[in-house]
Amino acid sequence: MIRTAAACFMALLPCLAGTLAGADEPAPQSVIAGAARKVVKLYGAGGLRGLEAYQSGILVSPDGRILTVASTVLDSEQLDCVLDDGRRFEARLVGIDPRRELAVLQIEADDLPCFALEELPAAVPPGTRVVALSNMFGVAAGDERVTAQRGVIAAVVPLEARRGAAEAPFRGAVYVLDCTTNNPGSPGGALVDARGRLVGMIGKELRSTAAGIWLNYALPASELIAGSEAILVGDAAAVATAEIAPFDPRLLGAILVPDLLDRTPPFVESIDPGSAAARAGLAADDLVIAVGGRTVTTRAGVEQALGGLAEGDPVKLTVIRRGSLVELDLGPRPRGAKP
Amino acid sequence: MNAPGRRAASIVAALAALLPVAAGRPGAAAGVDQAVLAAEARRVETIRRATATAVAIFAGAEGGGSGVLMTADGYALTNFHVVQPAGVAMTCGLADGRLYDAVLVGLDPTGDVALVKLLGRDDFPFATLADSDAVEVGDWCFAAGNPFLLATDLVPSISAGIVSGTHRYQFPAGTILEYADCIQTDAAINPGNSGGGLFDSAGRLIGINGRASFEKRGRVNVGAGYAISANQLRNFMGCLRGGLLVDHATLGATVATAADGRVVVSDILDTSDAWRRGLRYDDEIVSLAGRPVRTVNAFKNILGTLPAGWQVPLAYRRDGRRQEMLVRLAGVHAPAELARIVAAGDESRQAEPAPPPDGKPRRQPAARQQPEPLLPDAVRGLYEARPGFTNHHFNLVERDRVAKALATAGGAPRRGEWVLSGTLATGGEFRIELSDTVATIDLPTGTSTLDATAELDASPEPPGSGGMLAALVLWRRLATEGPAAVGRTIYRGTAPRDPRAIDPSGGDLVDVLETAVAGVEGRVAIDPEGAVVGIDLWTAPDQDPCEIRFVGRREDDPALPARMVVQRGPESFGTFVVERAERTGGDR
Repeated sequence: MIRTAAACFMALLPCLAGTLAGADEPAPQSVIAGAARKVVKLYGAGGLRGLEAYQSGILVSPDGRILTVASTVLDSEQLDCVLDDGRRFEARLVGIDPRRELAVLQIEADDLPCFALEELPAAVPPGTRVVALSNMFGVAAGDERVTAQRGVIAAVVPLEARRGAAEAPFRGAVYVLDCTTNNPGSPGGALVDARGRLVGMIGKELRSTAAGIWLNYALPASELIAGSEAILVGDAAAVATAEIAPFDPRLLGAILVPDLLDRTPPFVESIDPGSAAARAGLAADDLVIAVGGRTVTTRAGVEQALGGLAEGDPVKLTVIRRGSLVELDLGPRPRGAKP
Repeated sequence: MNAPGRRAASIVAALAALLPVAAGRPGAAAGVDQAVLAAEARRVETIRRATATAVAIFAGAEGGGSGVLMTADGYALTNFHVVQPAGVAMTCGLADGRLYDAVLVGLDPTGDVALVKLLGRDDFPFATLADSDAVEVGDWCFAAGNPFLLATDLVPSISAGIVSGTHRYQFPAGTILEYADCIQTDAAINPGNSGGGLFDSAGRLIGINGRASFEKRGRVNVGAGYAISANQLRNFMGCLRGGLLVDHATLGATVATAADGRVVVSDILDTSDAWRRGLRYDDEIVSLAGRPVRTVNAFKNILGTLPAGWQVPLAYRRDGRRQEMLVRLAGVHAPAELARIVAAGDESRQAEPAPPPDGKPRRQPAARQQPEPLLPDAVRGLYEARPGFTNHHFNLVERDRVAKALATAGGAPRRGEWVLSGTLATGGEFRIELSDTVATIDLPTGTSTLDATAELDASPEPPGSGGMLAALVLWRRLATEGPAAVGRTIYRGTAPRDPRAIDPSGGDLVDVLETAVAGVEGRVAIDPEGAVVGIDLWTAPDQDPCEIRFVGRREDDPALPARMVVQRGPESFGTFVVERAERTGGDR
């Protein structure tokens, strides 16, 4: 907290001087103009509320390699990439680093302005003034320049965040920002310093696990380098780990049928009287098909989905009972059993 | 106020509490570079000056917002959606701690702009409009306004940021409130900032804050606010001062992006001026109003900054050949449509309401305004309802101002015969005689006469001109009798002096009077010195008017032109070089 306050105060200093630039720094207008050329607009799958069909990306090679966040936007047959000059390309997904939730894309183009990954500055300290460049809210179309926001790295802390029920897999240090970059379309955007050097990438739209607030954060350049290397070498998948501990529904008073098959359907076998499951009206022979709105098809899937909820999160089940869908609220999830 | 709002408000309050610490006393700043202290002093002074121009607008239980003073006599810009709940009279506060009565002057519902006039002083501090096209992403800027209606002491909140984007196009919310060509900023723009100023580092007004992207956090700033650009405001200022219910421009054609990226005409009305000038399906739009068109958004951005009725240059490409035309822009809405929007307004309120100040649920808006609102004493005599106008009283104010300029330029009233003669640029001589009863023109091709006491649309003389004699009769009548005495004459705002040389940053604008008399309709452009610079005259609607442009002035009588260029549609009728001119006093 104290560290954050100090960073904010440092942020005020350049403002007092009436400019964003220090004495030996280039004009922010030209820095932004130069760096914005290396940020692209990506359009793919989505379009539902809370699941936008667009995000941002960063050009990291003159021949069209793009770094962005791994997200549902990329789950599309057609992935469009629009450059700063308005040119539109179809982008190909090269690979994903599931742990850092990074993705590498490729477009067929040459002589593009780009951030050279091998020349990125080392980790920068809290108090560093930055500019965030992204297509937030999708306000920049065609050849329109992406949005620029000024900010300060307020803290460098391990990421503890979740998206809905799912814990974010990355737990390394990230830059926490004092400007609101957690907006639709921002993920994948560039965080540059006062000289226009890439220091990080705007992360996904996540909430703090501890406070529940939307986190304005960026993945540091070192993680971008490591992530893209892992993807290009092809061992990124090995890095991926499912760190979610399964949660036994017995702790809610629901006993599911024994897990005997590879894909045992999650039928309820019995209910403990007086339990949360009993109070909510869950009954034997109900088939659980969703937890918290996420479809589940197996008994293991139910345990995994319940494990993805934080302690205290509402447990909402959708079950099929005699051919009808029934929604049940089992109240807050208790603490999981120690493994 | 909802919970997030309260939280944000307390954050703002916390920051405000920090400011005295940051500003510091000179004694506390020992060791700080002189340049930093000087820059700080400049900034404090800039903000102090802008603060003095900031208006807190109170619109009763429905909320309120912000505004910014634009003239010493109290004209202040704000948002349509801020004043809409207030009706025609409202109370405004300034940073001097005083409350002022204010009256609604003009509305631009499409552009979400309103002009009000604060009463009781002629020495208000005021802001000046910057050239918003010169604004760059990364420029430092600040907003002055009344977020969350915090300014109970009437002193505005200041939030600093940078310009995040320029020439943004924000789709209309509902059917109106289009934010075209707007400036995006990360300076905190919260509910209540609406209508307040966005200033550059020199304290010039670059825009009016009115909109922000809100999403998952509720109605609090998330780093994306939008301001109506100063250049758009400048284009509409005349219309607003004239108490009009202002409409935006349409080309009468829509455009789309072709497969190869060109912006092409995808649909066009055959009643539009663009169609009459020859624009057709699939023509590529190259530029509009002096600005390049490379995307559909750019096209919408340019149109969105222009008032209905303006004539602007349009360049298009067909079969590889670039062509240019002057095109007259029609209005987006039927007048009754705009009146309905202003009267009902539910739609706009959903789009961008001011916050309820006390957390109480918003009162259901009345379906219609009272046709004859009960006026407070302070604004009595300053409001007149009339269809097509926001406040007809101010149309008379502007019309009288132009009339005064006309009379000054004309010198002593000269109600006798006017005679202008000289040579045509194409060769040959001309002679024009104008009196109360008859107008005559001698041309190498023959003589034409018009009975100035009868209907002027009977025969558009001389043939091929579209009604040059009628236009000259109208000119003389406006000059000799005054606009108030000629038919139905209203003030139509301002327009570029020379549409061909239109300056996108809004340089040379002249006043326009619109007159309907004796079967014709005319638009007369008058410069600030009172000299007529152009007349457009229609003898029938939906046809090309006779266009006379007055170029230069005669030294012996500045009310008369040195040359007259007469045109109808694309056809030039002639350039008249005036060599001798006389206006007699008359002896009526």
